[in-house]
Order: sequence, then structure tokens, then C-alpha cells
Amino acid sequence: MPAVSKGDGMRGLAVFISDIRNCKSKEAEIKRINKELANIRSKFKGDKALDGYSKKKYVCKLLFIFLLGHDIDFGHMEAVNLLSSNKYTEKQIGYLFISVLVNSNSELIRLINNAIKNDLSSRNPTFMCLALHCIANVGSREMAEAFAGEIPRILVAGDTMDSVKQSAALCLLRLYKTSPDLVLMGEWTSRVVHLLNDQHMGVVTAAISLITCLSQKNPDEFKTCVSLAVSRLSRIVSSASTDLQDYTYYFVPAPWLSCKLLRLLQCYPPPEDGAVKGRLVECLETILNKAQEPPKSKKVQHSNAKNAILFEAIALIIHYDSEPNLLVRACNQLGQFLQHRETNLRYLALESMCTLASSEFSHEAVKTHIETVINALKTERDVSVRQRAADLLYAMCDRSNAKQIVAEMLSYLETADYSIREEMVLKVAILAEKYAVDYSWYVDTILNLIRIAGDYVSEEVWYRVIQIVINRDDVQGYAAKTVFEALQAPACHENMVKVGGYILGEFGNLIAGDPRSSPLVQFNLLHSKFHLCSVPTRALLLSAYIKFINLFPETKSTIQEVLRSDSQIRNSDVELQQRAVEYLKLSSIASTDVLATVLEEMPPFPERESSILAKLKKKKGPGAVSVSELEEGKREGGELNGGGDRGDSSAISTPSPSADLLGLRSAAPVGSAAPSAGSLLVDVFSESGPAAPAAVNDDGFLRDLEPPTESSDSLLADPPPAAAPAAVVSEDPAPPLPESDELLNKFVCKNNGVLFENQLLQIGIKSEYRQNLGRMYLFYGNKTSVQFVSFSTTVTCPGELHVQLNVQTKPVEPLVEGGAQVQQVINIECLSDFSDAPLLNIKFRYGGALQNLTLKLPVTINKFFQPTEMASHDFFQRWKQLSQPQQESQKIFKASHAMDTEVIKAKLLGLGTALLEKVDPNPENYVCAGVIQTKAQQVGCLLRLEPNAQAQMYRLTLRCSKDTVSKRLCDLLAEQF
Amino acid sequence: MQFMLLFSRQGKLRLQKWYIPLSDTQKKKISREVIQMVLARKPKMCSFLEWRDLKIVYKRYASLYFCCAVEDQENELITLEIIHRYVELLDKYFGSVCELDIIFNFEKAYYILDEFILGGEAQETSKKNVLKAIEQADMLQEEAEAPRSVLEEIGLT
Repeated sequence: MPAVSKGDGMRGLAVFISDIRNCKSKEAEIKRINKELANIRSKFKGDKALDGYSKKKYVCKLLFIFLLGHDIDFGHMEAVNLLSSNKYTEKQIGYLFISVLVNSNSELIRLINNAIKNDLSSRNPTFMCLALHCIANVGSREMAEAFAGEIPRILVAGDTMDSVKQSAALCLLRLYKTSPDLVLMGEWTSRVVHLLNDQHMGVVTAAISLITCLSQKNPDEFKTCVSLAVSRLSRIVSSASTDLQDYTYYFVPAPWLSCKLLRLLQCYPPPEDGAVKGRLVECLETILNKAQEPPKSKKVQHSNAKNAILFEAIALIIHYDSEPNLLVRACNQLGQFLQHRETNLRYLALESMCTLASSEFSHEAVKTHIETVINALKTERDVSVRQRAADLLYAMCDRSNAKQIVAEMLSYLETADYSIREEMVLKVAILAEKYAVDYSWYVDTILNLIRIAGDYVSEEVWYRVIQIVINRDDVQGYAAKTVFEALQAPACHENMVKVGGYILGEFGNLIAGDPRSSPLVQFNLLHSKFHLCSVPTRALLLSAYIKFINLFPETKSTIQEVLRSDSQIRNSDVELQQRAVEYLKLSSIASTDVLATVLEEMPPFPERESSILAKLKKKKGPGAVSVSELEEGKREGGELNGGGDRGDSSAISTPSPSADLLGLRSAAPVGSAAPSAGSLLVDVFSESGPAAPAAVNDDGFLRDLEPPTESSDSLLADPPPAAAPAAVVSEDPAPPLPESDELLNKFVCKNNGVLFENQLLQIGIKSEYRQNLGRMYLFYGNKTSVQFVSFSTTVTCPGELHVQLNVQTKPVEPLVEGGAQVQQVINIECLSDFSDAPLLNIKFRYGGALQNLTLKLPVTINKFFQPTEMASHDFFQRWKQLSQPQQESQKIFKASHAMDTEVIKAKLLGLGTALLEKVDPNPENYVCAGVIQTKAQQVGCLLRLEPNAQAQMYRLTLRCSKDTVSKRLCDLLAEQF
Repeated sequence: MQFMLLFSRQGKLRLQKWYIPLSDTQKKKISREVIQMVLARKPKMCSFLEWRDLKIVYKRYASLYFCCAVEDQENELITLEIIHRYVELLDKYFGSVCELDIIFNFEKAYYILDEFILGGEAQETSKKNVLKAIEQADMLQEEAEAPRSVLEEIGLT
């Protein structure tokens, strides 16, 4: 037994611990423990009152037993008694027991709280600290209820000792984290900020954690901390290594405080005040400079502390993303670390560079390290470092280096650890598609991917290769040839058979001229795999066979033979049997013409424009425009995929790539092949028009031969009701997306549809209006397989809009499971006429990365129209009445859509007005009338739209009883035709 | 920081500190998982691991592993030095600390940790100040200590 160097030396405890350690077996240990428990129980129950020392000793023994992993069901009361002992050590053990073994027994909690209350008011700093530590350790709601009011007072009171202040600050932080609703901001808040100026470094160190947490939640209230933090940081950074005495750690002045200061600054945008900003930039430069200085000590603690500050500073530089100089310097510094002998530094450098890669200022600088990173992927011995290298390669990928990076990732996949294969497969698939200039390269890459890691290729990946091949004539022959060759391998993955079956069934004719791949050879090759495949694949192959009969009449008898065999036509699987029967019948009774029609080549999949094209064609107007694909490859990689990736890997499960990379939707071309994971969310409304994805269906037997169809008009699935307040997410709402105006315009003449969609999220809208009231249903669909956490949405009415519109909504559930959809109802009341749109901010965490986006909610003034029918005579009379110049608003504009009468009428009706027939003497013109209902007043509106088919122009005139309405309606409508 | 674990090479838990509310079963499950994961690491591997949505930062000192779980945005290197500072505090207090000191004086190890880290955040990073607080407490206790019976001295109760 070791000599107990200090402390009270409870011999009985030490002997007991020794006994336990000497136990030869688990059984012996349990026996010894049971003996001790019985002993303690009898002592506690005994008639003789125990003295404080004994009580302390036994409680401590119980604690030890509990920490060994055994259950303890008594002793709580004795521990609570110790709390009110005036002997420090007894009190201390009591508190320790309570902290470790807190029990939500309400009777006890009340007693514990009482004891704590006494100690807090004892004015003995040591007792106060003990009590505060206990609150911080337990942090229960009951304690928050009891002490959330008292602790702020202790924290800011002038006569509180420094050590008590430190404990109070962190105690309050703990309570704020568990029960934010109980910690009320107040007069103390501003005084807390000033603790940043405290002379005692320990007080600053403790207080800043509290301030950081509070500023994340209430940035405006704590804004003043920015300049205080900058000046504190600047004093530390410029101090000599000995200035701060015991707060210097291995020659690094106050590393913990420095890191915390830098973290606090990351809650805010760059300081607006030039002087403050200048001072901060100076600090950051000094930190970067120091990294270049020779180390003051060879100890790893010195370099760790110094680099901890450096990495935190780099995190701040990346957060600001506005100082190209600093970003490039940071990148160079990290570049040096990439080859450092310390594994830790290599790991962190790779990690940090990933975020630098998504900044436009440093993307190029990051790319220069490609060779080192590839080398790391090949040679690092630690899988977690290799994982970081793979992440970084993905983040730095762009058109210029895609081929190299994809090739390296593919070759790494051959030996990659199982834990990261699925993610690697997705990354390769995404990069190959995103940067495919040459589609034969793309086909090669995906087929290689299936060959190397077929098990990890999710269906979305092979769906995509088929969609792309079908949509691109130039690659079809090549794809048929390549897949034919790949199928030659004696063992090939089932996913390869699926792709092979589909592609040869469509385009086998393109290689049939070569005797080595004649129709029969192709068929035999496919059929040789048939018996090894699962039912969905067999179903797909059967469809391929019937397509063969159409493509190559000479294979008809062979294939009919196969279909006719008992193993097909009497297959126990209903789907297979049905296919066999129906295909056989089809091939025998249908004429060649009918067969050719039914089995025609698949039409191209509805192709959404690629994001780059979409930008070019923007003038084509709404409707055709794709939703918010982030601009160019690298930004997309950095912000959407890159951001999510880190979470993916840690959560192990990787989201399925509903990421549709070229702008196509991930509609499944092979309906029956497998139930698509994406189908749940694929389509909420049909009104998304030609961009709507193909309905994914599993039922129709010929489904996989039909062109994709648009789905019916109804909502899918009942979304769960909204409830529970959403978790507050710290960051400021993002500014509205650049395309939000355009998205808004899409909804001027319709009430339902998909408002927004990216790779993670789809937002659908359904809305209805009556008089000056409206109700809007928002459907948020999680397109990934990973849950969104801290999901929250806020609707705000910026500027004067808040007096014009009354918008009310309930919070949504903070958790959105993968593939799930949540609904939110928004009630709208129009108080007076308005021009702006309410903003909808959505925040959530996807795999750890915060997603923050703001859209305009499509509430426009015309939604409150009541149509008014009137005769020609009335119309022109009123038209004349509204003759003041400001009442009229007129625009002449070029048509951005075909001038189709029916479409125009539909839009005008969608606008909410009455479309008046035979009013205008010119039958080509359209006139409408309506009244806008607001709470304050009614605004009569007349509209005249004069198309000029020859010039492809329109003249739009509005006359309303209120000038602002004329103007707004005119602006809105000019975007619609 | 969300929790801190000290465990031996054999996987025996020597100290556990939780800064988030969890049930006992969850705690046991997490400890098992984390201990297993860390023990499986080879020397020279990096000290950081991604685990669920947290980062595990660990370092081995002689026969003991010190292991912290921190939130994603937390600084790994400074966490590593949190561990080192704690080891220094134990070392200074016990005088060249070894695993046995922590086993036999586990309550002290908890007290020292509470003075250094509270609610998962560094409370006082000065070695001197932390030890001063602990020593003051020890002084209080020596004053209060009453003479004990002989039987107790030899541990027979």
C-alpha cells in the first residue's frame, strides 16, 4: 500500500481499497464489496449515532464502490447530512457523493438545495466554492430553478472573492446550458462583459467561457465584448513570455485565455470600427509571425500551446474570410505542418486546410499542396489522418485537378479501410460527375468504382450513370462497349450486372456489329449472370431481354425459350413470374411495329439545367430556372458537401447522395429494380412543372420501360405536427439567397409548389388566401439519410413590413430525421398594402456543419385579390376615374415565354383577378379587375395587358386606387410573361 | 468539454467526470466504447479521434490514459494541454504521481479537477492558484481533524 502523501488518511478506506485490489477474481471482489455494503448498512442503521468522521469514511467507501461500477441504493441521506457539517472534509465528501450520485428523489433535492443555500450565504469563500462546484457538477433543472437568480448576483457583486467569481461564472454557464429559460438576462449582463477587463487572469479565463456562450445566443446584447476581447488579446499577444507569471505556460503567455478570446471573436463578424479591426489584424499577424520564430523550448507542451493559439487564429481568419493576405499566410503555415514529424500537427493541418479550400481567396493556395496530400493519403499510417487527407482532396478538387484526384481516390479505394469506403465512393461519384467534361471518363470512373467497391455503391450512384448515358448520345456506344467488357470478368458485382443489363438493353445495338459482341454473345453474357443475382436484378434483366427482342429479332427464339422455362414462368416470385408471362405474350402477339413502339429507346430524363448553364440562361425567366445549386464546383464542394462530410464520417452512416450533380434529379430510371430511398421526398407537388422529377414507382410491371411520368397533384405523406420550441442556433440569419427574388416570382401566379431545393433540403409550399387572411403550409423535407439537428425556422418582416403584415407561426421540431418531412403552418394577415416579402430563415446542423439560409416567403400583395366581374362599360368608366398620373403604372417589356393565350390566361387568373372577356375592343388584349383586401382598406385595381406578337413585346398597364399598389403589381407582373 | 475519463492500460476506469447529463447506463456504454477505441490505437498515432459528433483527445502517461471528449469546434491542442496541466497538478500535489495515488486518493483527484475545470471549462489555469486552493482546504481539514482511536488507526473498523 502506498504511503498517502497528504490528506486525511482514512485508514479504513485505504485498507478496503487494498483488499479490493488484492481480490484474485471478479467473484472475490463482489464478495468483498457485499461484505462491506452489509457492514456500512448496519452502521448506518445501528442505534449508535455515528460521528462525522465515520459517516464521512463510509460515504467515501460507498462512493468508491459506485465508481467501481456497482449500484448503490443507500447512503444518500447520510451524504446529505454531511453537507451541513461544519467540518470541511466531511462537507467536501458529502458534496462529492452528491455530485457523482445525484438522485432525482425530490425530498433529497430539497434538502440538498437547502444545504447549498446555506453555504452560498455563509460568506466563507471555501464553502461557497464547494456549493457552486456542486451546482455546476449536477446542473439539474431543480438547481437551476433554485439558484439561477442568486448566482448572477454573486458573480457581479463587488465584494465577491476572485475564486468565488470564477466558480460562479462557470456554474452559471452550466445552468444556462441545461436550462437557458431559467437564466434571465438582466442588469448583470453588461457587468459580466466587463469581467473581460478584470485584473485577475483566472477570473477572465472563467468569465470568457460564459460570455462566449451567452454571445452566441444573444449576439446583440454582448456586442461590446468584441473590442474588449481584442484589447485583451492584444495585451497578451504582445507581452513578453514572463509578464504573465503563472499564466505563462511553457513560455507561451496565457494560451487558454488566448484561445478562448479568439473563439469569442468567432461569434461575431469582423469589427466595424477600423481601429479595433486594425489592432486585431495586428494580433493575428503577430501570431502568424511567432509561428515562424524558433521555439523557446523543445518541450512538446511549448509547441502545442503555441500552435493551439495559431490554429484558433487561423479559424478566426477563415471565419472572417475577408483578408486575402492572412488567408494565404495561414495556408502557407498549414502547408509547412503537412510534412511535420508530429502526427497531431499533420492531422490538424489537413483538417484546417479543408475549410481554407472553400474560401475563394485561399482555394488556389491550398491546391498547391496537392502532391503532399496525395502522398499523405498513400503513406500515413493512421487511418484518421488518411481520412483527413481524403477530405481535403475532395475539398480542393476543381476542374483543373479532378482527373488526378479522382484517379488517386480510386486507387486508394482498392485498399481503403472499410470504415471509410462508402464515403469515399460517394466522393468519387460526386467529383466524377461534377467535373466530367469528357463523359467517357465519367463512365470509366463509375464502372471502376463498381468494380473496386461495388458493395459500397449505393443505388443513386448507378442510377445516375444510367441517366447520364441515356441523356448523352455521344457516350452511349462507349458505355455499351465498356460495360460489355466489364461484364466479361468472371466475378462481377451485381451493381455491374444492373448497369450492364440496362445499358445493353438500350444500346446493345451500338456494338452488335462487332462479332465479338454480337446480340447472342451479349445475351449469353448477361444471362450467365442471371442465376447469381437477386430478384430485383433479375427483374431488370428480364426487361433487358424483352428489349433485346425488339433490338435484335434474331434473339427472339432464344429469349422466348428462356422466358418460357419453368424457372421463369413459374417462378415463385410474383414479380418475376408476371414479367416472364407478360413479356412472353408481348413478344409473341405484338407486331414488330407495336413492339418497337412499346419498347422504344428510353427518352431522355428531364434534365434540369446545370447550374452554370442556368446562370447563362437566366433571362429566360422563372419556371425554367433551377433552384439553388451553388455556383461552381469548388464552392459547392466546400460549402455543401465539404461541410457535411466531416459529420458523415463521424456518424459513420453516410448520407445517400441525393446530390444530383449535373443538375438532374435523382429520379430512378429503373422503377422496379429497387425501392428508391429518395422516393419519399422526390416530389411534393406536381406544380414544379417540367423540372419535376420522375415518379418513382415500384408497382407497374412495365414501369421500367416507360418514360418517367410526372406525379399526381396531392401531397405525400402526413407530416408530423409541429410542436416543441426549436433549439436556438447561434449564428445570425444568412442574407437572403441571391435567387430568392426569382423564387418569389415563381409563386406570384400560383400558390403551391416547390419553393426551394438543394442537395440537403426541399421546401414545398401550399397556401390559401381569403380576403385579407392567408394560411401557408411549409413542408421541409430532409433529402439525406442523416438527421438534421437544431432545425429551426424563423419568419421575419423586415423594415416597415412588420406594420403591414402580421405573420404568425409555431416553431418546428428541432430534429428532422433522414428522409422525413416536417410541416409548419404560417398564418398571415394583411394589415395594409406592402411591397416587400417576409424573410424565412432556416438553420440546422447537418453532420455538424451549420446550414443557414434565408429565402423570401412568397407572400405578395396580389394574394389578397378578390376578383371583380364587370361589364365593358363599367370597366372603362372606372379606368377613366383612376386617371391621376401616380395611379397608373406602366411597363413595356419583352416576352420571356412563348406568347400562348391559354398560359397567359392561366397566369392572370392565378394572379387572383377576374379576367374580363369582351371588354377590350381589341380581342388580343387582356383586361382584369379585382379588389385587394387589406385590414386598413380596400384597393381597387384594373389591369390591361397588350401583347404584340410580332415584336414579342407586352405593354402592361395598371391603375389602382393606391399608387404604391399600382407600382408593386406592375413590377411583379412584368416578371411573369 | 463533455466528459473526461482516466483509465488504465487494462481498461480499468480510474476517474470519470461528466459535464453533460447522462444516465448511468449511457455513461457505462460510452466509457466502454471510448476506452476500447483508445486502447486499440497504436503509439505514434495522432491523439485525436472523431467519435459520434465529438472529438476525443487523449494522451497516455505511463500506465494511465487521460481522455477528453470535446465539442466539434473545440481546439484539440489546447485540450491536450488541459490534460497535461491536470497531470502536472496531480504530480505536484502527490509528489511524482502514480496510478496508485489516484486509486487510493480518488477523492483528491476529483477535488483537484474541480478546482481546475468546472462545468467542462477551464476555471483556473495557474498551477499555483489551483494548488493554493487545494492546500487551503487541506489546512482546514487538519485543523478539524480529531484524534482517533488506535483501532481505527490500523484500519479495523
